[in-house]
Amino acid sequence: MSDETGTGAPAVRVRNLVVGFGPGGDADPVLNGISFEVAPGECLAIVGESGSGKSVTARSLLGLAGENARVSADELSLAGSDVRGLTEQHWRRRRGRDVGLVLQDALVSLDPLRPVGREIADSLRLHTDLGAAARHARVLELLDRVGLPDAATEVRKRAGELSGGQRQRALIAAAIALDPPLLIADEPTTALDVTVQAQILELLASLKRAGTGILLISHDLAVVGRIADRIAVLHEGRIVEQGPAHEMLTRPDHPVTRQMLAAIPVDKPRGLRLSVRAAAPVSPSRSSPALTSPGLASPGPAGRDAPRHTVLEAVGLVKRFTRPGGAEQLAVDGVSFRLARGTTLGIVGESGSGKTTTARLALALTRPDAGEVRLLGQAFSAASAKQRRLLRPGLGAVYQDALSSFDPRLSVEQVLRDAVGGGAGRTGRGGASVSTADRRRVLQLLDAVGLSQGLLGRRPRSLSGGQRQRVSIARALASEPQILICDEPVSSLDVTVQAQVLDLLDELQRDRGLSLLFISHDLGVIQHVSDQVAVMRGGRIVEAGDAARVFAAPEHPYTQDLLGAVPRIGF
Amino acid sequence: MSDLEIQAGLGRSPRANRQHRPPRRFGVAEALAGLFTIFLVTAALFPALVAPGDPLGIDPLSAFQSPSPAHWFGTDESGRDIYTRVSHGTGSSLLIGTVATLIGLGLGLVLGTLAGMLGPIVDFTVNRFLEVLFAFPGLLLALLFILIFGPGVATATVAVGLATAPGYARIIRGQLLSVRSSAFVEAATVLGRSPGQILVRHILPNTLAPLFVLGTLGIGQAIVWASALSYLGLGAAPPAAEWGAMLSAGRTYIGSAWWMSFFPGLFIVLTAVSATALGRGIERRLRHA
Amino acid sequence: MAEVGRGTRVFRGALARLGGALFVLWMVATLTFFAIRLIPGDPAEAILGGPGSQTSPEALAAVRAEYGLDQPVLVQYLAQLARLATGDLGRSYSLNQDVAPLLIGQLGGTLLLAVLALGVAWLLALGLATWSTRGGRVAWSVGSGLEIVAAALPHFWLATALIVLFSVWLGWLPPISTPGVAGLVLPVLTLAVPLAGFLGQIMRESLLTALESPFVLSARARGESERGVRWVHSIRHAALPAISLSGWAFGSLISGAVVVETIFARPGLGRTLLNAVTVRDVPVVVGAVLIVAVGYILMTLLTDLAQRIADPRLRTR
Repeated sequence: MSDETGTGAPAVRVRNLVVGFGPGGDADPVLNGISFEVAPGECLAIVGESGSGKSVTARSLLGLAGENARVSADELSLAGSDVRGLTEQHWRRRRGRDVGLVLQDALVSLDPLRPVGREIADSLRLHTDLGAAARHARVLELLDRVGLPDAATEVRKRAGELSGGQRQRALIAAAIALDPPLLIADEPTTALDVTVQAQILELLASLKRAGTGILLISHDLAVVGRIADRIAVLHEGRIVEQGPAHEMLTRPDHPVTRQMLAAIPVDKPRGLRLSVRAAAPVSPSRSSPALTSPGLASPGPAGRDAPRHTVLEAVGLVKRFTRPGGAEQLAVDGVSFRLARGTTLGIVGESGSGKTTTARLALALTRPDAGEVRLLGQAFSAASAKQRRLLRPGLGAVYQDALSSFDPRLSVEQVLRDAVGGGAGRTGRGGASVSTADRRRVLQLLDAVGLSQGLLGRRPRSLSGGQRQRVSIARALASEPQILICDEPVSSLDVTVQAQVLDLLDELQRDRGLSLLFISHDLGVIQHVSDQVAVMRGGRIVEAGDAARVFAAPEHPYTQDLLGAVPRIGF
Repeated sequence: MSDLEIQAGLGRSPRANRQHRPPRRFGVAEALAGLFTIFLVTAALFPALVAPGDPLGIDPLSAFQSPSPAHWFGTDESGRDIYTRVSHGTGSSLLIGTVATLIGLGLGLVLGTLAGMLGPIVDFTVNRFLEVLFAFPGLLLALLFILIFGPGVATATVAVGLATAPGYARIIRGQLLSVRSSAFVEAATVLGRSPGQILVRHILPNTLAPLFVLGTLGIGQAIVWASALSYLGLGAAPPAAEWGAMLSAGRTYIGSAWWMSFFPGLFIVLTAVSATALGRGIERRLRHA
Repeated sequence: MAEVGRGTRVFRGALARLGGALFVLWMVATLTFFAIRLIPGDPAEAILGGPGSQTSPEALAAVRAEYGLDQPVLVQYLAQLARLATGDLGRSYSLNQDVAPLLIGQLGGTLLLAVLALGVAWLLALGLATWSTRGGRVAWSVGSGLEIVAAALPHFWLATALIVLFSVWLGWLPPISTPGVAGLVLPVLTLAVPLAGFLGQIMRESLLTALESPFVLSARARGESERGVRWVHSIRHAALPAISLSGWAFGSLISGAVVVETIFARPGLGRTLLNAVTVRDVPVVVGAVLIVAVGYILMTLLTDLAQRIADPRLRTR
């Protein structure tokens, strides 16, 4: 495909690129000899998890790896000419002209104090002799090209005044201002809603068709599958596997690739394991009978075939917020749902759909303006504060940002002890009043979520994202609740870690007969975990029903749009 | 913002990566600050240990001697040894600084807690009140206080405490509000903890820990302010061996005996710098513990 | 959800701000009025030269009548407010002249000093912040050390050191503030250096935050030079928090002016205020306090405006 378009010279060619940082950089490099090339009109995707060296790769190609970085390569050429050992001044002449960069969230990747038009015109100002008027005309042309038709007014706006999709388009316009043969897109759609993500990917694909070589950097195999011609999987600083996209996605060779593919939840049936067993530290000792008794002995009529009692019910919830300007906004507008015992209700929606407010209402952290929440058949949101406190042990919560949900002063042990014990009074720090029964419960909880005792003394801050989320789940289980409310519990995790946490939740649900209210923006995750599903938009549930039915035959046009936009591997 | 907020870095915006920032390890500055503080505390508690002479002992024959091995910091117009006087003045200067800071922190704590805990109406009222107090910027509140109660060490101390209180109050209020609305307080609510339990277990410890840092930083600033008042003749008066008062006395002889002003001032500066360095060190440790 | 027009909203915002400022001013006047009443002793005696002086009961009565001291407190308070509203700050006990013209005459010198010092402090702080973020551990440590020391320098000591150095030893500059530029150098430096220490700490933090942000990476990736990155993208971000500190800086400069004007024997509001406190000339102190409060309030309003100009994000809200 590359031969048709080009002059023959690849947009970028890299052989044996090694990058290390600091004094120890040579011994333990971040990038350890990677090689690849991108031809004009071709898209190579480099996929890897956090810490694999993806972003360093992008920055090295721009000569921006950092002052203390040591970069060496057998070959490193942009648009056919060697860029090794370029001085900073020479690099500057190439950046923007031979290669453009698009970063993640444009809200912070465009200067918030400058109009986007100026940002886009920067490349023209730096690399061409065009006058102000000519630059302006070119900026309007570029905005039109990236699909911002109302360019004349958009150029004067700043990043904060544009929507997420518009911003990302403007950022792309700035990167392609000089038609560089290579465009590096570093997680260009990660912060975007799924429908907007699809549009941005389509824009990148059209640039590719027009002859630009694209180096797409992402953590998400499913996303890159949409436009990549070839895929390289980066793992711990090495490219472990590289090949045509279709082959990589359907017949992967390397275990890392397979693990990443297996971890993608979309289109995977409920209950299917996503993580490789060896990778997930499934607790070896199933010997703590009080907690992890096998599924059948779970309290109450557990199991998926038992009669379904409603454990959590929302009736006509309404919540208004007053915006700074004084205008009122309906965050949640007449939301009703029922969560049946032992099942999972997934709530899915894009940003601003009101799903997080719904979670807070279900947890009785905010009072609804109308409607009510009933917990285990009793009034919950309408109950007195004291009555609510008595009901709370029936309900556990897992949050997106686990770290901020832990008191920064407390260790893992203290966090879990607080959850197990009655609260402040009893668990004085290192006091003698701490009971051994509490300690045993803490150990059982750790075991249940697959964490080792060695972590007890650590602060949550020093744990990995997956470990934090496990601690958070352990805390939620401390009161032996029947219901877990999970608000975006896996959104900030790598896809294989996400798979482990989803598997853990599934396992816990089966073992304990838990009912889950699972809130996410990610349709793939929702499809994998849910029995029932509700699709939210603008504070309302636009479609609800059996997950299998909704995903197979969506009725509402919005659901159809959403499903159409979901990146998936199958063809 | 107040001096303290700046020093404590409370105006900083959150940021994700600080890769370009040099890593902060145990600093030489902190070690030096610690040593100087140990010297100060010793001098304050047992002045005779670091300077055996008599701070008020007059020796007209050796007046106006420049620094020498016999008189490290020189002598003043009455032949008193400046080093001895500076060392013996440490006690009163530190005491003034500490008491003033405690007064400021105490008042700030009361106002800040009222605003942060008792709901929007009290918060609004206290905030307006603080706004009014902020309209007496810097030394102004202290000067007004001295106008009413007359000059002297005690009034100057209270005046400095009073003048710093609005700044403390605002910091404490902000800290309380941010802790109260934090995700971990919400998580404790979800666990079924009562407001009282949450207050004791989470809100108070997380609000009060930064006060320690503020206090350390504040003592340095309070000493500077109090000695400024002494220098202006509104606090401690000569011949008392208080740093500000000594500086004031040296003012007349600037042209001929610079050491009379230099060394007391140097101690004020070193004390304030040490307090800042130590306060920052404690803050870093709290944050990364 | 009626959408209010932007012009109306801005107008309403300005009106609310003005109302808030007037409220603060009124409370300042009230607080001062009642605080003054805490002064022990008979104000009439103070007017006639303090408790020590021999005063006849007739003279005291005459003074009480003249100053309205025989009226009920509330009447006195309202009368005071009425006088203040017309710009009448009363009459000095010690100088035997009207306070308002006296203080306004002193205002110019102090303002000149403060404005110059603020400008110099900004330049120093910005220079230091830019230099110390150039890279390298050494520059960083030196910069941060200089800022901490500068911020800890008491005005009175710095002034003394500068006088000894530049006037006594080098003989370049006058130790007493003479009219003209030479006489301004030392007082302005004295005020500017400690302020620069504080501002520098803030500016360096925000400058670094800006330099590490993705939008600067984007700019570099477009081929922007180091200088361009700093001047086009970072300086404004560094200046924002420092602008928001202007109200505080004003207060710190006025406090400093009290000391600096005294040391350099420079006529001005600060020195007048200090003298008045020393001789307990209540009307002059009250007048000075009110003038400074007005200045502070104006400064916060100006700060608000400057922030809106520098940060467009605030305008759209």
